[in-house]
Order: sequence, then structure tokens, then C-alpha cells
Amino acid sequence: MTDRLGIVTEASLERGVEVRLDGPVSVEDMVVGRYVTIEGQQRRFFGMITDVSLGVTDQRLTVTPPDVTDPFIREVLTGTSTYGSIHVTPMLTIGGDAESILEGPQPVKTIPGHFSVVNLASEEDIERVFGSEDPQRFHIGNPLDMETKLCLNLEEFVKRSNGIFGKSGTGKTFLTRILLIGMLQKSQAVNLIFDMHNEYGWEGSSEGTTGKVKGLKQWGQSKVAIFTLDKENSATRKVPTDFTVQIGYDEITPEDISVLRSTLNLTELAVEAAYQLRRRFGKGWLRETLALGEGDTSQEDIDGILKEANIHESSFQSLRRGLGIIQRLGFVVPQAPEDAVKHILNQLDRGVSVVLEFGRYREISAYLLVANMLSRRIYAQYQERSEKARANDTALPQPLVITIEEAHKFLSTEVAGKTIFGTIAREMRKYNVSLLVIDQRPSGIDEEVMSQMGTKITCLLDNEKDIDSVLAGVSGKNELKAVLARLAPKQQALIFGHAVPMPVAFQPREYGSAQSYKEFGQAGSQTDTARAEKDIEELWE
Amino acid sequence: MRFINNQSSGKIAEVIEAETTRFTAQCYDLYGLPPLGSLVHTGDVYAIVFNASTSSLEPGRKPLARGKDETTEEDIYKSSPQLAKLLRSEFEAVTVGFKDVESLRQYLPPQPARIHAFVYLCQPDEVKEFGGSFDFLDILVNAALPIPAEELIAASLRQMSRVQDDPRAFLVAAGKELASLLSSQYDRLKSILGRLS
Repeated sequence: MTDRLGIVTEASLERGVEVRLDGPVSVEDMVVGRYVTIEGQQRRFFGMITDVSLGVTDQRLTVTPPDVTDPFIREVLTGTSTYGSIHVTPMLTIGGDAESILEGPQPVKTIPGHFSVVNLASEEDIERVFGSEDPQRFHIGNPLDMETKLCLNLEEFVKRSNGIFGKSGTGKTFLTRILLIGMLQKSQAVNLIFDMHNEYGWEGSSEGTTGKVKGLKQWGQSKVAIFTLDKENSATRKVPTDFTVQIGYDEITPEDISVLRSTLNLTELAVEAAYQLRRRFGKGWLRETLALGEGDTSQEDIDGILKEANIHESSFQSLRRGLGIIQRLGFVVPQAPEDAVKHILNQLDRGVSVVLEFGRYREISAYLLVANMLSRRIYAQYQERSEKARANDTALPQPLVITIEEAHKFLSTEVAGKTIFGTIAREMRKYNVSLLVIDQRPSGIDEEVMSQMGTKITCLLDNEKDIDSVLAGVSGKNELKAVLARLAPKQQALIFGHAVPMPVAFQPREYGSAQSYKEFGQAGSQTDTARAEKDIEELWE
Repeated sequence: MRFINNQSSGKIAEVIEAETTRFTAQCYDLYGLPPLGSLVHTGDVYAIVFNASTSSLEPGRKPLARGKDETTEEDIYKSSPQLAKLLRSEFEAVTVGFKDVESLRQYLPPQPARIHAFVYLCQPDEVKEFGGSFDFLDILVNAALPIPAEELIAASLRQMSRVQDDPRAFLVAAGKELASLLSSQYDRLKSILGRLS
């Protein structure tokens, strides 16, 4: 296959560029998602193939097709009367004009002239666009059908909230694991991971032959702490944990209950009752409320309290039933021996990422409660510190990335306003806290939150609503839709947004084999060395 | 062919009528006609033979049937040797290019051929040189000729391909050129290609 593909025959900034393929170029070699360069007179354009089609110069050819059994006739007609064409969406200008040379690839603002030559993008071109591995850039995979590395600037990546989407079983967890390891190795950010399925801490499951892959802790003993809600379960899985999280009754607030409203099947009035009861009992409201029904208190007393607080009996019963579910969660105890938030903050302050395993508590109510509660308090701390730092002109706290799964439960239109995650997603990096959202139903996430996400990575999605919600507001949405719908069901993803210069369909790098561990290890150590050298340099400045 | 090969080095005819786009030549030998589609040149002008005829020297005088008592056709000419002088072979050729100081041009010459100019059949190396470009096809495609242009184009390409190192590649390249010239006239293209393969 030659590198020259054809020439530009039609172009519009809005609709993209139509390229007529040269005779020797086979249509079947053209794959949607591939990169091409267009050699304009003053600029070079970098774009992606978004459609492939066949054309004829005379419609009569389609009515009375030629005798294609004759190789001579087939050879003559191929590329002349019958031709292939590709539709290219130009994304960037690379090189050529001064601005592109000085500042790297620029978003495309014009189109190439008639009959500009179109080539397959070379390795150097792609490297110029996606960068090569360095202390900030992390190799996350390869653009489809290419050997070139796709490198993500993680420093940029963690500056905003990001999302990883895809149907169940398309490799979200796999991708997330790679990204988390990358952040561990190459960014200054610390991670707080709410690990619902115990995938990231010590060891994760893999659908490959080995069945198990290394988790974060195995990459950086000193840089990762594993916290668990379920000590027994972690012990059974032979996970070395650093701390067991228990939550005291008095740590749970009516706000937490309000987030759980639909999960616990509470009525609006029942949630309102929780606020009333807190007003009545203060910090110990949960213990007092649970005690109200426990024999000691007479029915008259209860009635009296309810009447005083203006709570209807049925709302109270609804609330009590909901609180009963929370009470039965093994990690919720009347009095927590140690403050989990303090421990987590301690670790984060030391630059240690925290993975919180949920053990057997895989029900969504436990996940919502814990993730929301802990994040709220940690965020409050960060907020306070950032404000202080700004006031005193001192360094801002280390950037924190909070990873949550099943994000549509936290960020749906109904609760996004109430959960802390809605706030973090909207306020972005003001307080140096951002989210890494993992979800399979992006359409369930509040539009406003989706629009604030910096970089989105999406594996295969086939629900129209989900696709629309992920691609909302992206230029060239229809073209990307075609690419997204054609991703393989596994191990292929599309990345677009803040951290990449243009949308890319890619194959995540291999993870799980001995060779891949070696490569990850090298990348990590190089980074450390480079960082050390940089620190030394700065020291002498 | 047999006839032509024998005399390929020398002149074969003389121009008796000339226009910018074509000329008519009379052969020195009866039936000494170049094949349809062959490349000839006279002076600097190159042309492709598109029509040939043999008829009586005097327009009003028709030949008579003479072979009733003869066993072979050849015997007719042997017993009436004057026939070779009473009949004439003529051919018409369409101008497809000319040679100027620098090189071969495949478009119409500034001057038509001259009357009584000698006409030569092009040698294989000349044909090869001329076949290096397909611009002449444009003239043939658009020429108003008494015979179908498709027939002539196919015949001349077949003739030229014989002297090429890789006749098939030559025909494919010519076919592609035709495909772009006849991009909206698939029927014509089809009939030419059908005569080439």
C-alpha cells in the first residue's frame, strides 16, 4: 500500500473533505478512524477518515455493470470510471504556518485547496499530534491499526473532571486501571478511589488467560494505601489493607439520607422528617431516631416528639425503615473507633493515593452513602485549605482526583444538585479536586455535569441516548458517532476533549502480561529519574 | 502485415490530398496499404490510418469481372498485367501530431502535409516513442470520421501495443486514459475496451 491516497475533490469546513482515491489504493484498506494528512499549499492538515464510499463517473455503469470477470476491464475501470472515495474530517493544522510550528497543532479553521494531495499520516505526524512518552505524558494505547503511541498529558488530564463510559463488559475497568497507574506514575495528583468491585487496590480480575492482574498497590507500595469497609472479605482475598473504615451514627447527616431517597425508597416527607429530627436531637439524631422504636420509649412519648416536630406517623415509619437498612450495613456502627476521614486525609496529604474497597457491600445504597459522605467531608477540607492558601498566598493543596463508579446514581438530574459530586463536577478545579467518573449509562448523568467534563473516554455504546449524551456539544458529532458505533465490543475506545488535541479511536495498551508489567515498570522508573533530575536542576536555579 | 513488413523501411505512398486534420495518400503498390490504425508520417506530420480503398484510376470506369476462366485470384492479375496500373490503392489518415524542433507534439500541426510528400510507415522505435503519451487519444475520440471512432482507437492501440515491452500494461494505461476522457460516455468506453482485450 502506498502512502499517497488520493486528492481532495470537494471540501467544506462544516461537512469535511471529500477525497477521491487513486487507482492503486484499495477502498478496503481505508478504515474509518485512520489518520491522514492533507498537503495544502500553505498548511498541512491532519484529519481522520470518517466515511468510505464507492463512486462511478457514469450512472450507466451501475445499470449495466461491466464484465468484471475480464481482469483487463476490471483493471482499467478501477480508479477511473469506478473509484473509491473517503470522507475526511480535518481536525488540526500541523506545521506549515508559523503558528503551528511554534505552538504545535492548531484547531482547523480553514480547508485545503482543490486537488491537494492526501497521504496516510506518518508516524512522525501522529507523534507530533499526540506527543511521545515523557514525564508528563503517559502512553495509554495505540490509535487503531497503528503502531504509534497515543500519549495523554496527565497533568492536563487531571486538571478537570473526566469521564470513562461504555457498556458493561467493554473494558471500562481495564482502561480505568491503566489510567490510574498512569496518574500514580506521572502526575502530581493523588487519587481517592471508591472501589465498588474491589478491582483496583491489590489485584483485579481480568478476562484474559491469567484471570488476575496487578492492582495499584503492587505498583507503588509507598504511594498507595488500601482502605476497606469489609476487613474479613479483604483478608479472605489476601489483600494487605492499611485501615478499616467504620462509620459512626453521628457521622451520617440528613443530606446523606436525601441522596439515598430513591435507593431506599423514601418519600419526600420522610426525608424532611430526617431534617426535623436532627433539629430536635442534634448530632446524635440517628441514634436517637433508631432508639425511638426500640421498646424503652413509650408510644405516647413517640407521638409527643413527632407532634412537636410536626412529622406524620407514616413518614416516620418510612424513614425508620430506610434507616434500618443503613443500620444493618456492617460498617455502620454506633460509635466509630477512629475518624476515617482524618485517616484518608492524612494519607492524601502525604501524597499517598487511597483505594477504598467495599468488600461484600456491593449494594448501591452502601456505595452511595459512603462515597458521598466521605467525599463531602474531604472536599470541605480541601475547600477550606484552598481558600486559606489563596488568602495567604501559599501553595494550593495537592490536586485530588476522586474516582467513582456507577456515576449516574450520584449525578442524575434529580440528585446532582444534592450530592457533593455534582458540586465538584461543576466547580471543577477551583479547589484542586476533580472527578474521574466511570459509568455505563451516561444518559443518566445530568447534562450540566456532562458538559463540564474535560476529557471523555468512551468504549462501545449502543444506546442512542447514551451516545448523544456523551457526544453532546462536540464538533463533528455525526462523524464521531459513526466511529463510536463501529468500535469493537472490547478493548477499543474513543477519547476526546481537553487532554487530547483531537478525538482519537484507540486500542488501550496491553496490561496483564509479564512483558506489559515490564513496560509499565520502565515508564514509572524513567519518570522518577526525570523528576529527580528536574528537582535537582530547580534546586540549583 | 506481410506486405508491410517487407517494405517497412521505405516510403509507401504519396500525399494527394491534404487538410490540417487529415490527408489522403496513394500507395505506390496496388494493395500496398498500411493496416487500419497504423501510425504513418509524412514530413513532420504524424497520422493514423483510418480508411483505405482500392478503385479504378478513372472514376467513371468500373472494373470488370475477369476470373471466370481462371483457377486462382492471382491468375487474374497474371493474365492481365495492366490491372496493376489501372487500379489504385489509397488511404486516408487523421493527423494526430507532429515533430517540432524539440519533441513530438500530440496535437494538430501548424501546417498540413504537402501534396506529393512521401508517406512512411513508422518504425517500431518511432511507434514506441509516440506511444509514450496518450494525448492523441483525445483527437481520435473527438474526430468526425466516416468510420466509428471506437473501431479506430481500438485498432491503433492494438497496433501500438505490439511494439511495447509490456503490451498489457500499455493497454491498461491507455484504457485508463480513455476512461477519464470518456468519463460520462460509458457505452463508448465499453465498446473500445471490448475490442482491446
